[in-house]
Amino acid sequence: MNRIIHILQMAGLSWFVPLVRMASGENPKEQLQQLWLVMGIPVVALITFLFLWGQLAKNIETSLGQIPGPSQVLQEARGLLQEHRNEREREAAFYQRQQERNAERLAADPNAEVRWRTYSGRPTYIDQIITSLKTVFMGFILATLFAVPIGIFCGLSPTVNSAFNPIIQIFKPVSPLAWLPIVTMVVSATYVTSEGAWFEKSFLNSAITVTLCSLWPTLINTALGVSSIDKDLMNVGRVLQLGWWTKITKLVLPSSLPLIFTGLRLSLGVGWMVLIAAEMLAQNPGLGKFVWDEFQNGSSQSLGRIMVAVLTIGLIGFLLDRIMYTLQSLFTFSDKR
Amino acid sequence: MHSRFTLTRITRCLSKFAAASFFGWMISTQSMAATPKIGKPEKDELKFGFIKLTDMVPLAIALDKGYFEDEDLFVTLEAQANWKVLLDRVIDGALDGAHMLAGQPLGSTVGFGTEAHVVTAFTMDLNGNACTLSNAVWEELKKNVPTENGKPIHPIKADYLKSIIEKQRSAGNPFRMGMVFPVSTHNYELRYWLAAGGIHPGFYAPHQGDIAGQINADVLISVTPPPQMPATLEAGTINGYCVGEPWNQQAVFRNIGVPVITDYNIRNNVAEKVFGVSKAWADKHPNTHVRVVKALIRAGKWLDDQNNANRKEAAKIISQPHYVGADYAVIANSMTGVFEFEKGDVRPAPDFNVFFRYHATYPFYSDAVWYLTQMRRWGQIPEDKPDSWYQDMAKKVFLPEIYRQAAEQLIAEGKMLKQDFPDFATETGYRSPTHTTFIDSIAFDATKPNEYLQQLPIGLKAGEVIKDGKVVKKP
Repeated sequence: MNRIIHILQMAGLSWFVPLVRMASGENPKEQLQQLWLVMGIPVVALITFLFLWGQLAKNIETSLGQIPGPSQVLQEARGLLQEHRNEREREAAFYQRQQERNAERLAADPNAEVRWRTYSGRPTYIDQIITSLKTVFMGFILATLFAVPIGIFCGLSPTVNSAFNPIIQIFKPVSPLAWLPIVTMVVSATYVTSEGAWFEKSFLNSAITVTLCSLWPTLINTALGVSSIDKDLMNVGRVLQLGWWTKITKLVLPSSLPLIFTGLRLSLGVGWMVLIAAEMLAQNPGLGKFVWDEFQNGSSQSLGRIMVAVLTIGLIGFLLDRIMYTLQSLFTFSDKR
Repeated sequence: MHSRFTLTRITRCLSKFAAASFFGWMISTQSMAATPKIGKPEKDELKFGFIKLTDMVPLAIALDKGYFEDEDLFVTLEAQANWKVLLDRVIDGALDGAHMLAGQPLGSTVGFGTEAHVVTAFTMDLNGNACTLSNAVWEELKKNVPTENGKPIHPIKADYLKSIIEKQRSAGNPFRMGMVFPVSTHNYELRYWLAAGGIHPGFYAPHQGDIAGQINADVLISVTPPPQMPATLEAGTINGYCVGEPWNQQAVFRNIGVPVITDYNIRNNVAEKVFGVSKAWADKHPNTHVRVVKALIRAGKWLDDQNNANRKEAAKIISQPHYVGADYAVIANSMTGVFEFEKGDVRPAPDFNVFFRYHATYPFYSDAVWYLTQMRRWGQIPEDKPDSWYQDMAKKVFLPEIYRQAAEQLIAEGKMLKQDFPDFATETGYRSPTHTTFIDSIAFDATKPNEYLQQLPIGLKAGEVIKDGKVVKKP
């Protein structure tokens, strides 16, 4: 049972721990109280929030339409899923037709030139979510690759830290929409898209903007984590005359991992927020573009669809954070274990 | 006697001559009868951009009705955030081509804004815009406008707006209006309408870094993205705007504004949107370009077919979220040939959008020259240019030869008739000066642009330039 509880806690699903304890017969009354605290109250709060939302939405009527209530948002969400299914059917039909057409051609003349095309339909809501996720991960990985090594050097050497500090402080507060035109120009000039390029320019623009905005938390936290290593450990390293690579991988990284992971979690959170803004202008076909296109539509369903997007963005951000938390528990040694 | 011209010799010469001319005749009729088929497209997977306005409909129809597929082209249509992003993406190659404002290829090639050689071989539509004022301004304006049977007489000239603008200015509150892009057709139409009413819309001075366009202005005109126009109108940030559909009818539906004039009444039947590509792309993909124009011509014809019979279906198609997305009811009015001014005041407007009639799709040089004259009028072209410059620029940007190739292909394939097109043998590319009626009745002769500029009441005249915020005459 302890193992199950341990796994649940690592996965961030600590709400189910009281249930497991109750099932194994521990003090039920205490566990019920715990359950109420951990699961009951949040559920009640959510229901109250939905109720209030529904009531307020009916009363607010702007010239751009009524604020959609929860039931309308649910309806729009269903509509989006249905559109996704329809598009997938069309795609399947297209591939079917292509298969038959090419088989016919080959049957008539084995040397005929056949062309296999990918379906050029428009991205559905689910496709857009996946594009956003891919972009944010690309940006996040680039940010990590830059920030962690620089952070380690800053942490190990006070000179390097002084050198980088002003640059970090100046560029940290810059918003993604300010970076975007510069990034667009640089990418346009240096990355030549031809038939079969790996990445589209809009994808690169969004990913690089995410990198520029989200590398600062990782950098600062890594530097902090490295600089606050126990001095005794560093002395041991000197006594054993460890090479710098061993020193970093065996001493520095393991002891500063908690702070590095905190930095990574913050970076991913910031990156996800920045992505939505960057996509709106960079035309990367993800959630940000979905929101902007719906705004441009101005139809009576638009506000509802935008609310669906807002909730999706929030839920995905929450999930990403949970995943990072789990990874952190897996990889770090904390005194809580 | 030996004569050089013996009978046999003469007969031999004559028969050779006859044979040669017979062969020549044969060859010429063959080439007239069989137009060589356009070769395979160099690139068949294309991405075109558009802005969510109802006149992107030819692209939607060409895609949904399979006209692109008939030309072996596999097209994706992608909505863009705004006109600037769209133009930049065409120039840098992320998009193969796009639904563009008629002024965009001209502005870019001339060098106002991002400089790049952009061309067009197809006019997507004529007309299609309107100017809307806020409810507060309309209430004031209504008092000045003469009525007939209780309804205001249209077209409403900007003269009636003058006193309202003066009143606001003297109260320290400048009159503001929005349009979509500095080289947009809406900008020129709005300025034309205001100037015809004696109101100064402002000058540009790009050579001195001033691209706000508000020098000496009675009305401050600025760029506002179309989806934000209803909100900014309601908030009072602007007092009116000039934009394409569905944003004028949206204002009426939501009770936040009243359209007062359509551009059909300001100046009718001049190119509004064009299908633009970069020159580099056009040079690299000549066959593809002709095929795209072929598909678009067919779409244009379908839209105007049988006196707009297909317009309802077209409105349904573009009300889907991935095209224009506005509600069907809002789009239907203008697409089916009526226009609602004040709430309840619905008037017929059969030529509000013209997609094929009056040879709408042919890229006339005279349309290009008109836009260039307006660019000069308001200072976007800072200095005088000789008449020949206007004609050369028009020829650089508008490519009727490609349109002609596309049209001839369609005729040869039997998909369209010769009567659908202008007579290519005699077409000069210049419309007659009586083709367009302007609200101030000044006729436009595209062959004499400088003379035309002299006749316009407000605007830079020959020899004038802007220096430090003032109009000075160059010595």
